[in-house]
Formats: sequence, structure tokens, C-alpha cells
Amino acid sequence: MAYDKFNVLKSSAVPLPIENVDTDQIIPARFLKATERKGFGDNLFRDWRYHPDNSPKEHFVLNNPIYQGKILVGGKNFGSGSSREHAAWAIYDYGFRCVVSSFFADIFRNNCLNIGVLPVQVSPAFLQKIFEAIEKDPKAEFTIDLPSQTITIDASSEQEEFDINPYKKENMLNGYDDIDYLLSMKDEIEDFAGGLPL
Amino acid sequence: MSERRTLFDKVWDSHVVRKIEKGPDVLFIDRHLVHEVTSPVAFLGLKNRNSKVLYPERTFATADHNTPTINQHLPVKDPLSANQLKALEENAKEYGIPYWGLGHQKNGIVHVIGPENGITLPGVTVVCGDSHTSTHGAFGAIAFGIGTSEVEMVLSTQCIMQVKPRKMRITIDGSLNKAVTPKDVALYIISQLSTSGATGYFVEYAGEVFRNMSMEGRMTVCNLSIEMGARGGMIAPDEKTFSYIKGREFTPKGEEWDKAMAYWKSLYSDADAEFDKEVVFDGSVIEPMITYGTNPGMGIGISSGIPTAESMDGGVATYRKSLEYMDFKEGDAMLGKKIDFVFLGSCTNGRIEDFRAFAEVVKGRKKADHVTAWLVPGSHRVEEAIEKEGILAILEEAGFQLREPGCSACLAMNDDKIPAGKYAVSTSNRNFEGRQGPGARTLLASPLVAAAAAVTGRVTDPRELMELETA
Repeated sequence: MAYDKFNVLKSSAVPLPIENVDTDQIIPARFLKATERKGFGDNLFRDWRYHPDNSPKEHFVLNNPIYQGKILVGGKNFGSGSSREHAAWAIYDYGFRCVVSSFFADIFRNNCLNIGVLPVQVSPAFLQKIFEAIEKDPKAEFTIDLPSQTITIDASSEQEEFDINPYKKENMLNGYDDIDYLLSMKDEIEDFAGGLPL
Repeated sequence: MSERRTLFDKVWDSHVVRKIEKGPDVLFIDRHLVHEVTSPVAFLGLKNRNSKVLYPERTFATADHNTPTINQHLPVKDPLSANQLKALEENAKEYGIPYWGLGHQKNGIVHVIGPENGITLPGVTVVCGDSHTSTHGAFGAIAFGIGTSEVEMVLSTQCIMQVKPRKMRITIDGSLNKAVTPKDVALYIISQLSTSGATGYFVEYAGEVFRNMSMEGRMTVCNLSIEMGARGGMIAPDEKTFSYIKGREFTPKGEEWDKAMAYWKSLYSDADAEFDKEVVFDGSVIEPMITYGTNPGMGIGISSGIPTAESMDGGVATYRKSLEYMDFKEGDAMLGKKIDFVFLGSCTNGRIEDFRAFAEVVKGRKKADHVTAWLVPGSHRVEEAIEKEGILAILEEAGFQLREPGCSACLAMNDDKIPAGKYAVSTSNRNFEGRQGPGARTLLASPLVAAAAAVTGRVTDPRELMELETA
């Protein structure tokens, strides 16, 4: 599925300073019954965001209008647990284009890269600085520059580089996905399959 | 290529169709397992691209995540669930994929039926849109969970693009104590490594403890690899593996078997092969385990107390939030805590050996009155064995009923939800907040610990009950 190209993103951020945020929190299993990729943003962090009677939980960050932006900042080991891509869809559908953390779970990171959400892994110290910058000014802006692979706290100009696989970077910059690439090498795949033992 | 290769290297390298410079490998997938929840959007993508399924014969579909576990012969009540099941049935038909839906004799949890039918074999690559695909690594396969975009890739090209993970070996020697099961071994490892301790790695389990384990036990251990963050875990195939797979429906036969055996016998880590990380534990120190928090790494020996926040290396705030959700206090003993529900089942512990273990403890006893117990076999084949071996009679005599196969309360997508605030001792794999239903509180444990809780209504050391028997 096509997604928006990612180049340079300048935005304020939404802080979620909790560790081990698992994909069951990002989107609980009971909201995985759809057969189309539509409306998952409504149920992003459903049980942290709403009471059982569907009224908003005032203290949850997504219900606090002070915090806005296209960047979600989470604690260490973000996205652990289930492989549900719905978690990444919910984040994208809600309007985030980037998740920042000091550590990501594997499958979640891959899912993000496949659908156009940029996972930016920073050092624990830099993550702390980001949380502090938001605490000081909820409207604080950050610049995520994919071509130069840097994240900057605009107010202080503090900057850190982040890693991304060069192939995946190219994809994100151009909005490409892996399926086109794989389809283009179908003959090679079929030849390969012919030589396999099982 | 280096002569000193690990088991993982051997299987991975033989499946690389193309290496992209500074990019991921294009990896060929031998077996693709499909279920109703993570596949509909992938099939939509296939339709939008006007593509087809490249190898339907390498693809197998079942319904498990979103199915009822009672009255499966009746129409599914929830319209959204019914719609999702119908979508898979129609997609399977349209693309010529074998589909074992509700009521089919081969229906069951995807990670239970793969091995049962000989789909899972040593030295193959297996993927599924489910993180517990790591289960199949028990056979010496490279098996891991993928997202829906990748499900579409595998449907249309039988390949995915992955950066080769680093390699970790976890070696455990020593003999296990009484009532210490494969589940306890896995929960122990996760408690030591944490839920992110193996992220970025593919694990090989080695040593006496795993060699001595049954195939089903190995499946339980490999299943939980993802809970330490690993993409997957695997165990070198041996005579136990070969005798388990021999004669199953999709296992090679005759000359094909001989050819396959020649390949399978080469599947072990060379003596001097190097791992990026080596971890060693002593099997004799492991106790029956139980979790007290909201991730699978928060596990302790059942006779221990809940650790204090200060003793944890990690965020104190996150730790306290977790205990608050569970309504537990630092330093509390786990033994004696009152519980409300027991869940026996899931791709982790829903096989016949798990039901045998559960029956061993409840035999001649009665279910505690205040406990609701959901006993859910992993497949119809497991269900049949439960009846045939006389386990059903034991369970019924003790006041338990058997439900029909499915993922059930492990992820509570269907009606099998633990109510808010209630405590469930579960043999499943995740104790995340709300995992078993909004507000539900999960204590992960082995079938033996679950059985002991079911008859006493409290967290109980199964050794107490088992020792009474042998005394």
C-alpha cells in the first residue's frame, strides 16, 4: 500500500514516557476484526485512552490538547509483543509519521518501515533530553531529517544521528515498498525455488 | 563461505535468493501459514495489484484467532468475526490455498497444526502473520512472525526482505527439578534476559535440558522466544525430531524422505561455530515459575516474593504502574494469592502433553468452586487424544469441561475474556495489560501450576500436591 514519502519532518511531539509499550496496548486484539485497513487510529491506545464506557481518560496524553504533532516519543522497548501490523497502522492512521524511542522491538520496527512510519532510535540520554524539552514546552519542535539521518531538538539545536538500513531509507524517501522490488525479480525466485530440497 | 557455521547460518544461507548490497537479504519462504486476522488486508493488496499467490501449495490457511470455542457447529454470532472468517474462506478458495476452517478435522491453532500435519520440517523457513511462529523452530526450522505487508509479499512472491539477525546461543545443562516443565525453563530464561534481552538475535537452544525435552516441550520453549525479544529460536533436529515427523501427511515419503534426511543430518552448529552472544544457565536452579507483572519477563520462582522496585534495573515508574495494574505489592508472596480463572491452552501449552500434565494434578481432586476454568485444546487432533487417552474422563470427574479448539483467552479476541480485575492463571504467553480482556490480570505459568491453582483456588506450588501423591 502506498504511503507518503518521508524527507524532513519538523513537528512538535507527543510524549509517552512508559517502557515496554506492547502492541496489545497500541491496539487491543478486539479491534483487529476488520478486513480492510480503515479507522485503526480511532482505537490507538484504546484502553489507556478511554474508560470502559468510552468516555476519554482525562490524564492520558492523547486526550490532552496541549500535546500535538506527528512525532510519538515512547520509552525503551517500544512495540514489543504481537506482530500485528495493525499497531503501526493505528499510529499512522492517527497522524503520526515518526516514533522515537531508545529501543524498538524487531517486528514492530519492520512493520513501521513497511508502511511509512519512521522508527528513530536514539540514545537513552537523548531520549531523556527530548522528554525534558517537551516537559519544558509542550509545543517544542523537533526536526527529523531522513536524508542526513539526524534528529534535532530545535530549541537547543542538540542533535543526534540515527541508523537506518540504506535500502529502507531509499524506500522511505521515495514511498516505495518491498513488494514492487520482489515482483520485479519473480523469474529469479522461481529458478531458485526449483533447486530447493523441500 | 566459512566452514564454521551455525545451524541458523546453514538454514538461512541456503534460502537467500539475492543479497542486496548494504540492504536486506531476499529470503525464500518454504512454508507460509495464514490465519483470518492478519491476512485480509494482504489479500486486498494482492487484488489491488492484480497479483496471484505464487505457490498455493506452500501456503496453508486455518481459522483460530477469532473463533468461538463453544458451539462451533453454529453460525458465528459476532458479525465482524463471521465476516473475517468468511473473507479467509473466500480468499483461500479464490487462490487455491488449502483451508482448514471451523469444523474441519484438521482445524486448530496454526502453530499446533503445522507440526501435527508434517508441514513443519527441519531446515525449512516458515513464516506466519503471528509472532509465535517461532514455535516451529523446535524442528530446526527458521520460523518467525511477520506483519501483514510481509504476508502480502510472501503470498505474491514467496519471499520477504530481511536483514540477517545476529546469533545467540542459550545453553542449559543440568537436570531439571520435579514439576519444572519446558514452560518454566522458558519463563526462567525470559526473567533473566528481560523481554528485550534477545531483540535483534535469532536464538539457538542447546544443552542437555533441551536434548532431553520432548518435541512438544521444545515447541513450548521456541514458542516463547519472541517474549525475550528474539525473532525466533531453534533447536538442532535429532532422532526425536525425525521420529516425530515421520509418516505425517505432508512429510516427504520414500526416496524424498531419504533425500531430505541427507539434508537434515547436516543441520547442527559446527563445533567451533561462532555466536554473537552466548548465554549459559544451570537447569538445576530452576523452580516452577509464575509471573506477577504485565510482561513475560516479570516472572519468579513460585516460592519467591515479588521483587522491590529498587532491585529492578529499569524504570521504577513503569514497574510500579505494572504492580498497580495487578494490585500487587512489592515483597508480596505469590503463594496463596486467590485466583478467579484458569486458562489451559494456546500455542504455548495447548498440546496433549499439557493436558496430560494438567490431568495428573487434578486427578482425584475437585475444581475449586469459585474458579472458572477454560480448557481449550490446540486442535481437533489434541481434542481427540484427550478423549482417547481417558483424560477427558479425569477432567470431567474433577469438575472441568473441555472447550473446542482455538486461540481463545490467550488474546481474547472472541468471547473468552477474563473480566476486569479478575486474576487468571494462564498457560498462554502474554500477561500484558488487558491481553486476556480489558482489565484482566494474568499470571503466566505451566500446566502443572495452572492445575494446582484450579483445584485449590489459590497460587499453589504443584509439588505440594504431587508430593502428597507419591508419599
